[in-house]
Amino acid sequence: MDFLTDDIETLREKFSRGEATAHAAALASLDAAEKLNETLNAFLQIDRAGALRRAEELDAGASASEDQTLAGVPIAVKDNICVRGLQTSCGSRILGPYRAPYSATAVERLNAAGAVVVGKTNCDEFAMGSSNENSAFGPVRNPWDTQRVPGGSSGGSAAAVAAGIVPVALGSETGGSVRQPASLCGITGLKPTYGRISRYGLVAFGSSLDQIGIFGRNARDIGRVLQVVAGRDAQDATTADVPVPDYAAEIGRGLEGARIGVPRELFGEGLDEEVRAAVEAAIEAYRELGAEIVDVELPHAKYCIAVYYIIATAEASSNLARYDGVRYGFRAEDSPELRQMYRRTRDEGFGAEVKRRIMLGTYVLSSGYYDAYYRKAQQVRTLIKQDFLKAFERCDAIATPTTPTVAFLLGEKTDDPLSMYLNDIYTCTANLAGIPGVSAPCGLSGEGLPIGFQLMGPFWSEGTLLRLANIYEQAHPFTARPRVSASSS
Amino acid sequence: MPITEADIEKLAQLAHLEITPEERRAFTPQIAEIVAYVEQLSELDTSQVEPSTGGLTPEGERTDSARDDAVRPSLGQKLALDQAPDPASGHFRVPKVL
Repeated sequence: MDFLTDDIETLREKFSRGEATAHAAALASLDAAEKLNETLNAFLQIDRAGALRRAEELDAGASASEDQTLAGVPIAVKDNICVRGLQTSCGSRILGPYRAPYSATAVERLNAAGAVVVGKTNCDEFAMGSSNENSAFGPVRNPWDTQRVPGGSSGGSAAAVAAGIVPVALGSETGGSVRQPASLCGITGLKPTYGRISRYGLVAFGSSLDQIGIFGRNARDIGRVLQVVAGRDAQDATTADVPVPDYAAEIGRGLEGARIGVPRELFGEGLDEEVRAAVEAAIEAYRELGAEIVDVELPHAKYCIAVYYIIATAEASSNLARYDGVRYGFRAEDSPELRQMYRRTRDEGFGAEVKRRIMLGTYVLSSGYYDAYYRKAQQVRTLIKQDFLKAFERCDAIATPTTPTVAFLLGEKTDDPLSMYLNDIYTCTANLAGIPGVSAPCGLSGEGLPIGFQLMGPFWSEGTLLRLANIYEQAHPFTARPRVSASSS
Repeated sequence: MPITEADIEKLAQLAHLEITPEERRAFTPQIAEIVAYVEQLSELDTSQVEPSTGGLTPEGERTDSARDDAVRPSLGQKLALDQAPDPASGHFRVPKVL
């Protein structure tokens, strides 16, 4: 079994023809995860016993699982999403030996649909990063070139799908943490509309921005997972009461005169020439397929990083106040007094980037600065949102690059936080506006590294975005394979 | 206004972080650079713009998230204390406060 070629549909056909079992699928995935972890460091925990037990149960009850649309499908889960009984480290030391006493709603729904969680994937600490180098447990390496980053913060999930360890994986997004690593690893990634997928059991970072996202080898697989996890959840007040459409039906439809908007001002300064050419070729491909290409303007998009790093850090400084060594996780030793215990625990438990962001968030929220920074950022956020609403009057989706460059070298940007932040310049607008976005591969650079393009759409347009991504995939299949994969020796 | 090492020390205290002198020296120019970068927002006139107070969509804002105020199952004391660094007879024990 090879998840570089076996997508969910192929896998399900093999199951129904009796050519494969859930146990065999889980075993293939677990073996690949273990074998490749020395090279990629994509997993922080591999649950061999649990996954095999679960797969055996599924095989034993196979006849009853007709409506289990993901029966036997191995899936990896980012280590900031709770799976009962497994660790949830968020890539941080501060959670110490924490084991989740409950599962996230998204995980519960995946389980109910028959998916088999094979393990928890490495990520930047508390999802803060664009390279996975901020993990307390070492960086993930890019399967296309192990000297390079896989992107972040959901780098482990992206690498696991790219290397064919699992067909699909869950990640999370606050500013691009699914789309950016998807792009750098040559796979497809979805960040849904704010409120589409329950965040119950997702560790909070920036609460007005966070969403669980999905990685897959193609848009159809992402649609299959989204179908299962999307929808209102009483445990998460931010999930919206909006019907979940039949994504497979939506994805199966044709181009239907789709209008794709192109914000030319985002194709200028800072964009790598090879990335620009590949993304423009993808837009041209849509035109040739019959889409109408229209110019749109997003005049405030250039402020998105500034807005994002005020709002996200402010929310993070509040959300991360809960890590104090009292109720769970790590506590620093030899602290005879309470405040000192808090400070030492947080000093020893948090890494540099998390501390930087907590302090920045504390700064922008502090009295005297609140209006100048936080309120101002919220106002510009309104302008960014209005830009999108206006642009979507003229088009069904907006196409941009996903990232300004291909995967960069490990260590290349670690000393320069601002240059690292600029990786999210094309993605974080969608988080600020609450709209969905998809990244899909559209070619390789001269050095053989994947390039991705992004489609963003109006609220609740996941079906449209996946349909458009599918149309591109069908016309221009991305068949290149990474150097390190489950099928390479 | 330039950010000094003293400002960083104060922020660390406010955020209950104990940072080393090396960290303080490293963070000061980095945070100063980020703050200088975000100050580009001041070039926009936003006097007539309502702030976005959350990430909610119009549908999300209309969603009634209230539930009945009824007793529901919860984690329970044992599970809740299970992960504590220093649980003691049904409590979370902490070092002395005063």
